[in-house]
Amino acid sequence: MIEFRQVSKTYSDGTAAVEDFSLTVSSHTTTVLLGSSGCGKTTLLRMVNRMVEPTAGSVRIDDVDVATVRPVALRRSIGYVMQNSGLMPHRRVVEDIATVPRLNGAPRAEARRRAMELMEVVGLDPQLARRHPGQLSGGQQQRVGVARALADDPNILLMDEPFGAVDPLVRLELQRELRRLQDDLRKTIVFVTHDIDEALALGDQIVVLRPGGRTAQTGTPRELVEAPADDFVSRFLGLDAGRRKLRAAPRPGGGQVVTDDAGRPLGVLDDADGGPSAGAGE
Amino acid sequence: MTSLLEALDWVLTADSWTGPGGLGVRAGEHLLYSLLAVGLSALVALPAGLFIGHTGRGRGIAVVSTGVTRALPTLGVITLVALAAGIGLTAPMVAFIVLAVPSILAGAYSGVEAVDPQIVDAARAQGMSPRQVLLGVEVPLGLRLILGGVRLATLQVVATATLAAYVGAGGLGRPLFLGLRNHDYAMMLGASIVVILLAVVLDALFALGQRLLARRPGTA
Ligand SMILES: Nc1ncnc2c1ncn2[C@@H]1O[C@H](COP(=O)(O)OP(=O)(O)O)[C@@H](O)[C@H]1O
Ligand SMILES: [Mg+2]
Repeated sequence: MIEFRQVSKTYSDGTAAVEDFSLTVSSHTTTVLLGSSGCGKTTLLRMVNRMVEPTAGSVRIDDVDVATVRPVALRRSIGYVMQNSGLMPHRRVVEDIATVPRLNGAPRAEARRRAMELMEVVGLDPQLARRHPGQLSGGQQQRVGVARALADDPNILLMDEPFGAVDPLVRLELQRELRRLQDDLRKTIVFVTHDIDEALALGDQIVVLRPGGRTAQTGTPRELVEAPADDFVSRFLGLDAGRRKLRAAPRPGGGQVVTDDAGRPLGVLDDADGGPSAGAGE
Repeated sequence: MTSLLEALDWVLTADSWTGPGGLGVRAGEHLLYSLLAVGLSALVALPAGLFIGHTGRGRGIAVVSTGVTRALPTLGVITLVALAAGIGLTAPMVAFIVLAVPSILAGAYSGVEAVDPQIVDAARAQGMSPRQVLLGVEVPLGLRLILGGVRLATLQVVATATLAAYVGAGGLGRPLFLGLRNHDYAMMLGASIVVILLAVVLDALFALGQRLLARRPGTA
């Protein structure tokens, strides 16, 4: 469990990035911090591994204040995936993935073996192991980033817009695979994004943020869509502009055709199992 | 023109190279002084420059003090130190080190500073200690520029090491000053040519090293 207890961060230049933010992230779940650029998401995320020190309040992991843990040891126990992949340009993929196991004292051969395993887990061709990151596509780089973060089997995974820089199709595929991975691994994930669709696709819990790291609403994806707390949330989710408004009309062969607000068909709703997810989206 | 040909002729004569005061011995001394001065300077300036580049601390002082020492006339420094330390190798060595340190220092901190801050940030976020970040990320990625500082320092010292002879030490300054005193311009010019050759060869070696480094992925 990760707890943010009334944390604030004012940077040395006077920017108040986060003010009095509190949140509990349950173990083995995915929490998405959702907000537009500059609202303090990265600042909040980096408080967990002490890449940022809060100016007030505390962050606790399983009831231990992270401020009492040595930063180097803390970071080696937490996976961190960055938007720009943050891969080491001078290291081969397999060496980069093996970084944290090596730092934690695993022998070279053991760390390599682990890295090769992880490449398979994240769906990377083992042939890429000897490449440098400059020789990989954006999507492959992000997979390497995820593999590196998972390499020493951390309980916590911090992901900062990890799929933000890849093209939309690859992004959907990476999201799908992250869901599949999470079904197996059940990590405690804090995921930062400004993409509402990504948040709805991945979050067990979503925190919608206003500028200054203030919480607009916290809830499950369903709670947010069903009952947005205010205009800000509803605008952010695209509920006001009709972007998420769907229509259903009877179909000659039975069931209903579901269309978006503009009348474009999205799928078919069977009368028998007219669940909320039938065919919509993707 | 004729004196240049005479100088070349003198350099290409085997007799000029042999014997205790020959060009061979003098060039060896010259190289030895230069490498010694650059080596001693690197011993101080590399760690200091890496520290400045890594922490950003002491940068202001480094910029100012390297500016000041670069403005010092080397001959003046030699004379001044020789007044205290006497005739011999000490005074020129001190002067050469004063000459070499700023270049090596500047190369080291600008090499480290040139590394993409996002990469350094990622390395820290994986849990690398400051030392591991420096030695495992900043130095390998900044090595081309760090080496550039040593290259510049070497060139400066090799070109200046003739001054060692001014206070009685050896090196290629000996035939140069001797030629000057005896109006033996072939000898004077010939010694200068050997200094230039030495500098060019060393510089080419460094250039080769830097080119090889530039081929490594990710090098700044
Ligand atoms: N190191 C820093 N120094 C000063 N201001 C910063 C720093 N990092 C972020 N900020 C500012 O803090 C605010 C929140 O930034 P950030 O947490 O990166 O937001 P987000 O990740 O949501 O885009 C922004 O106004 C940003 O400019
Ligand atoms: Mg951010």
